[in-house]
Amino acid sequence: MKIFKNLLESVKPHFEEGGKLEKLYPVYDGMATFLFVPGHTTHSGAHIRDGIDLKRTMITVVFALIPALLFGMWNVGYQHFLALGMNETVTFLDQILFGATKVVPMVVVSYAVGLGIEFGFCIIKKHSIEEGFLVSGMLIPLIMPVGIPLWMLALSTAFAVIIGKEVFGGTGMNILNPALTARAFAFFAYPAYMSGDKVWTDTSLEAGQTLVDGYSGATALGDLAVKGTTHLSPMEMFIGNIPGSIGETSVVAILIGAALLLFTGIGSWRIMLSGLLGAITMGLIFNAVAPYAISPEQQAFMAVPFWEQLLLGGFAFGLVFMATDPVSAAQTTRGKWIYGFLVGLLCIMIRVFNPAYPEGVMMAILFMNVMAPLVDHYVIEANIKKRKKRIQVKTA
Amino acid sequence: MAEVLEKKKEKKEALFSKKNRLLISDPLNDSNPITVQVLGICSALAITVKLYPALVMSISVLFVLGAGNVIISLMRNIIPNRIRIIVQLVVVAALVILVDQVLKAFAYDVSKELSVFVGLIITNCIIMGRFEAFALANGPWKSFLDGLGNAFGYAWILLAVAFFRELLGSGTLFGYPVFEKLGVYNTGYVNNGFMLLPPMALITVGIIIWVQRSRNTKLIEEN
Repeated sequence: MKIFKNLLESVKPHFEEGGKLEKLYPVYDGMATFLFVPGHTTHSGAHIRDGIDLKRTMITVVFALIPALLFGMWNVGYQHFLALGMNETVTFLDQILFGATKVVPMVVVSYAVGLGIEFGFCIIKKHSIEEGFLVSGMLIPLIMPVGIPLWMLALSTAFAVIIGKEVFGGTGMNILNPALTARAFAFFAYPAYMSGDKVWTDTSLEAGQTLVDGYSGATALGDLAVKGTTHLSPMEMFIGNIPGSIGETSVVAILIGAALLLFTGIGSWRIMLSGLLGAITMGLIFNAVAPYAISPEQQAFMAVPFWEQLLLGGFAFGLVFMATDPVSAAQTTRGKWIYGFLVGLLCIMIRVFNPAYPEGVMMAILFMNVMAPLVDHYVIEANIKKRKKRIQVKTA
Repeated sequence: MAEVLEKKKEKKEALFSKKNRLLISDPLNDSNPITVQVLGICSALAITVKLYPALVMSISVLFVLGAGNVIISLMRNIIPNRIRIIVQLVVVAALVILVDQVLKAFAYDVSKELSVFVGLIITNCIIMGRFEAFALANGPWKSFLDGLGNAFGYAWILLAVAFFRELLGSGTLFGYPVFEKLGVYNTGYVNNGFMLLPPMALITVGIIIWVQRSRNTKLIEEN
């Protein structure tokens, strides 16, 4: 650590006022505070400062994402060799190394593009670098299919950072979750690379390799939306060795991350719990009305037991890591309950009713992101009304 | 005597005096009907998927607005104030039907593509807005210039949006496969389907407004 400290101290004069690289001060500041606790103190008034600033918060979320990331890497390799029928012969290490060669470039591209744009904006606008992208940069590759070309990933990231965040004023001001904005952009711009049953597994073949007969790369959700049944068992969905976006398949890995978020108090337990309740409610409603569905496929999808709906697709990932985004979620306590509940409810509703958007959780969260300020507004209004009544009763 | 002199002065004003030139140039930038006044957004979103329909739409609006402004201006002293909106509507409607019939006769394909949007020129706020704000209070020549200016201001935004949407969404310009001829697809490039959807038109207009405001700082409101 001393080396870093000395290095930072030695280059500091260049970045301060009058130095050669004065314009790049935000970059220096960002790097310095990334490595060390900022040295500046509050200037006026009495403030209670907590050791946990934005950077610490963000890095905790990144830690929480690591189980999902590692599992995703392994699963990419596992799915690849499964499609080739080679899982008996290759080792665990082969699988994870193959996955790493696919996933690491995606993470690098996502961070390079996103941070590059953020740094650029900070230099132009002359404010210090915010750390919001630390999490988004990790989330974006985790919610993309492995088959997506890197330039599409880069473009989606750029779109999310510029249109989803910077135009609203940067970190903390965005209406929509940036990572989901990136996914939504890619989903609508390049549907052929974001849906269907070809994109979820890397099926690139080397000389002498062939795909297994009857191989299907469809996700459980894709299957259910089209046929109403899936060959994947609930246990597989729970463990996560199934096709899907890189980080979202394993409910186990996500639950480990969720535990860390809840333990540190960074993720809102209210949103997670109410989201779960919302999804269960909608699942039960569908179970009850399944006999009246219009088509046999839909009937079969509706009849999927409510607890299985929770394991399907990106629901768990979205609820734990995206819906709880402190910026785009509702801010009031009661608002969080309403917001989370509706995320869960809408997620199941969208995925069942609209086969074109099997990944309902993306739409549900983005929609509720937009509605969150409205929810907050009415919660606050209701509170004001309640308290006003109390005053009137007293004075009367 | 003074009155007569003033009238003479007015008549002497050159056809393209500085004031009159401003009538055309102002709506192109400082008071652009789409990006500054935020009027006529509907059509800017709906018919900008391809350049050709956008061009036809622009020409139609140019005609309706230019002719309409002159007609309203000529009638401005005999229109009873209380029914002026109805009179204006009749004028626009007549002109729009004219455009619609011409398109149906000579450019049937485009007419089908534009479908209801030709008819909806009637409801384009820019047109009624110019009638109300300008033609009712100014002479025919000035009104004509004002109509042209606003139609051009509308047209260039429409064409700019359509340019990006067609190029990035379909890889063509006026139907000519630019990207294919340039061999862009060989590099692995894929058309952006999002560009074909209305939300992206809104975002494109937003980006144009962003660029315009950062270049033209007097548009930025103080607060």
